[in-house]
Amino acid sequence: MTVTKEFLKAEREQSWRVDIRALMKNKERTGLTRVHMGEVAADERVKSNIEVNSGLTKEEAMAEAQRCLDCPDPTCISGCPVEINIPKFIKYIEKGEVLEAASVLKETSALPAVCGRVCPQEKQCEAKCFYWLKMKKEPVAIGHLERFAADFERESGQMAVPKVAEGNGIKVAVIGSGPAGLTFAGDMAKLGYDVTVFEALHEIGGVLKYGIPEFRLPNSIVDVEIEVLRKMGVKFEMNFIVGRTASIDDLKEEGFQGFFTGSGAGLPRFMNIPGENYIGILSSNEYLTRINLMDAANPLTDTPIVSGKSVAVIGGGNTAMDSVRTAKRLGADRAMIIYRRSMEEMPARVEEIKHAEEEGIEFMTLTNPIEYYADETGRVNRMKVQKMELGEPDSSGRRRPVPMEGSEYMIDVDTVVVSVGVSPNPLIPSSLPQLETTKWGTIVVDEEKLQSSIPEMFAGGDIVRGGATVILAMGDGRNAAASMHNYLQEKLNA
Amino acid sequence: MNKIIEKEFFSENVVRLEIEAPRIAKARRAGHFVIVKVGETGERIPLTIASANAEKGTITLVIQRVGVSSRRIADLNVGDELTDLVGPLGEATHIENFGTVLACGGGVGVAPLLPIVEALKKAGNKVITVIAARTKDLIILEDQVREYSDEVIVMTDDGSYGEKGLVTDAMEKVMQRENVDLSVVIGPAVMMKFAALCTKKYDVKTYASLNTIMVDGTGMCGACRITVGGKTKFVCVDGPEFDAHQVDFDEMLLRLNGYKNIEKEAEREYLDKKEKN
Repeated sequence: MTVTKEFLKAEREQSWRVDIRALMKNKERTGLTRVHMGEVAADERVKSNIEVNSGLTKEEAMAEAQRCLDCPDPTCISGCPVEINIPKFIKYIEKGEVLEAASVLKETSALPAVCGRVCPQEKQCEAKCFYWLKMKKEPVAIGHLERFAADFERESGQMAVPKVAEGNGIKVAVIGSGPAGLTFAGDMAKLGYDVTVFEALHEIGGVLKYGIPEFRLPNSIVDVEIEVLRKMGVKFEMNFIVGRTASIDDLKEEGFQGFFTGSGAGLPRFMNIPGENYIGILSSNEYLTRINLMDAANPLTDTPIVSGKSVAVIGGGNTAMDSVRTAKRLGADRAMIIYRRSMEEMPARVEEIKHAEEEGIEFMTLTNPIEYYADETGRVNRMKVQKMELGEPDSSGRRRPVPMEGSEYMIDVDTVVVSVGVSPNPLIPSSLPQLETTKWGTIVVDEEKLQSSIPEMFAGGDIVRGGATVILAMGDGRNAAASMHNYLQEKLNA
Repeated sequence: MNKIIEKEFFSENVVRLEIEAPRIAKARRAGHFVIVKVGETGERIPLTIASANAEKGTITLVIQRVGVSSRRIADLNVGDELTDLVGPLGEATHIENFGTVLACGGGVGVAPLLPIVEALKKAGNKVITVIAARTKDLIILEDQVREYSDEVIVMTDDGSYGEKGLVTDAMEKVMQRENVDLSVVIGPAVMMKFAALCTKKYDVKTYASLNTIMVDGTGMCGACRITVGGKTKFVCVDGPEFDAHQVDFDEMLLRLNGYKNIEKEAEREYLDKKEKN
């Protein structure tokens, strides 16, 4: 679903846009400096789950919106996997019509308040901003503005429910309620389909709920966006594992004609080193699920958590940052990132690394665990690590870390969180032998249509990509909805 | 949803619940488990399905009170609903005509053993079942097990019922007496460990159904991981049944105790609160 240049041009020529552009000269606009979003001080925020970034005020947002040049060729949109009409929503903010801005976001994004918080804008829309591309200046703070507009609308109590086409009576099933599934559900509901989302866990939201911590994405914000989908007519079934609770064939019998699988990357990877199954060594999925989904750190809940005083998190991705910053908040004196490459190769977002550093997280880069040791009860108490150096580039293009002989040393730890990646969840593929998968267990789909080897099944997000971001999953959900719509309509008219 | 329609005490701390769950009742096979959560702040715990009635749309769970979460479930009454119930999970038991099968259940392990005994019998096996418990009151489902077994041996630690001795005593006796093609054991981890050692002596292939700690139960967290034949496996998606001779039971026993102190403390608090009410 590509937004055409002609459409964008026509929108840009609307008189209100022309008037806004005329308010200031481009030179004045480019002379303004980028807004800085307020943050709760590091020593304060590590004492609770309070959200780190505090958002923009309306004045700040309107000032930042002035920086946007409303370019004739808005390259920023090409950097957005769901193709938000970025200049349009920003110009509405400049005009002070924030609710209008929010409705522009919702034309293409089912989860704007989520994206405004967790998208790596610095690698996407903002990386394609004219300021950055042509002037080597700080890009317009598109992510901050997106968050502002979504938050403003939510707090206004005037949440608009996107327009939904008249029901066409065609039932479609969504497997998994993470960002891919929710986006798909929203787009299909808009097109008039009868959408049911099936979720294995007892809460809707997938990784947005069990994975991303409160201090980065409060659950209440996710719930509001889900509520909008409900109002659009999307139905949700929790505690339902498609392939187990009911098969695809059962659901077909119940009238479902299309299926979208966004079941995520389920299985946590471990390193298979000695002692890795000692008590106190957990996957980041387990650690974060206990705390985020089960609220285990709250004494009023039944789910237990042991989070120690000396916590080592293995890995350098966003999930590793989420885990190590959670450990700090649960009272760790030492919370360490142990990563086998250098800071430069670290895949986590720059902002997350910066926040972690401010919060006193220790970064032990070019370091790799090789063995764990335990006390007599089987609880981990020490780990042996090895220093690494960077060698020749590997298949990922990053320089390969090579162990340095004789560089081993011990670190005292009482909790270890292993965050070295995930494998796709096998539940759906294993229940559908005719579904084509790769040797890694991801579902094979047509790159453009996202259609699987079973024609009525489309798939997207981590179950296809193996491990990606919220926004890429959302982009897949959006593209899959457009293709399934075409597929079902063609079938209907055949 | 998930309403309790029948409740029966097998003994003071062991209760049988029949629960409305039409989809699970239809989909489940012997060996499958479910995840249960009671209350909004409850914990997700795995329980093996003891039996199901597809026509009636119900499943049966047998629960022993051993901690807060199992007590919360056991304290529910007819008409109450489970907050969350999901399944069926895990790989179903592989059933075929093996010949002679020695099925062994310890304590509440007899409940998940029953559907396997039934399926094995229906597949044409000669089924010899050993059911064992500490004392007479804790022997459960004896009549049902008898219905599908060619022979039933009851063992109690204290000799208050059946023969006095451990489950392994009966197993030895059977294996000395006749050829056994397969053994299936379900019970406390320590019982399964010794049962596995016992059948290994006689070179009898043995499956154990493992009951590890889980959070999601769908392969996502890895809390349930164990070592089987030197490799890390997830009980929830690779199991719950494994070749008992390959399982590292000592590691599993350690991991089961990972939250023991917190659990004991929580149970004390739960009981104190209950007493006050």
